Amino acid sequence: MSDEQIVKKFMYVNRKSPYGTIYALESLEVVLISAAFDQDVSLTFTDDGVYQLMKNQQTDGIGMKNFSSTYSALGDYEIKKIFIDKESLDERGLSLSDLQELVWEDEDEDYAEKSSINLVSRAELSEIMNQQDVVLSF
Amino acid sequence: MKLGILINEGPYQHQASDTALQYVKAALKKGHEIYRVFFYNDGVNNATRLATPPQDDRNITKEWSSLAKDHGIDLVVCVAAAQRRGILDKGEAERNGKDSDNIEDGFRISGLGQLVEAGIQADRLITFGD
Repeated sequence: MSDEQIVKKFMYVNRKSPYGTIYALESLEVVLISAAFDQDVSLTFTDDGVYQLMKNQQTDGIGMKNFSSTYSALGDYEIKKIFIDKESLDERGLSLSDLQELVWEDEDEDYAEKSSINLVSRAELSEIMNQQDVVLSF
Repeated sequence: MKLGILINEGPYQHQASDTALQYVKAALKKGHEIYRVFFYNDGVNNATRLATPPQDDRNITKEWSSLAKDHGIDLVVCVAAAQRRGILDKGEAERNGKDSDNIEDGFRISGLGQLVEAGIQADRLITFGD
């Protein structure tokens, strides 16, 4: 297929908290499918989207499936560029230590675990977004 | 230019589908090509032929359907999002043991790969959502 020759930069922008609406879950579903297409994929978490990566999520009380562990599999799907909007964390009184650690394994360095997370300012994020070919916002 | 369109909200509740419809019409008029329209999230609800809006209002589903027919546009509904929300074609209804289907002519149900492929093949992918 001709798709194999084209590698575009895809960014998935996650803006909503994880359970109030279905956007977070269905965004993750597209992200996992996109991994099969060998594109240059990155994920951004901004606004309430930063809540998607909170540690220790408990969903028993709301009767919904806790899908937060799926994010830790992103590294296995070769998705290793995760951008977190620093101002969004600040505005919510959060820091990186409140979020899951996301890692990928570097084959070239004996499968050393490396962090996928990049803490960026909004100004930096806007630069990075500008470099993308496809931005999907959920 | 070759355009891919992503619609993430259902009809009437949000303006997204209306805006996308107007956008697609305007783009066609300017000579652009619509590579595909992909319906995701509640956007899949645009595909139900069972909706009966008041007669003095627009029928968004019918408008998409006739636009697709007139211009040969590929209208694709995400299968996973559609199953959650009860949007079914004949095959899906049979596979899932449901007593009827409800998809409008001109729409087809397929996988999320069709969205990613639209992102790859189109010059621009435009999202209409909340």
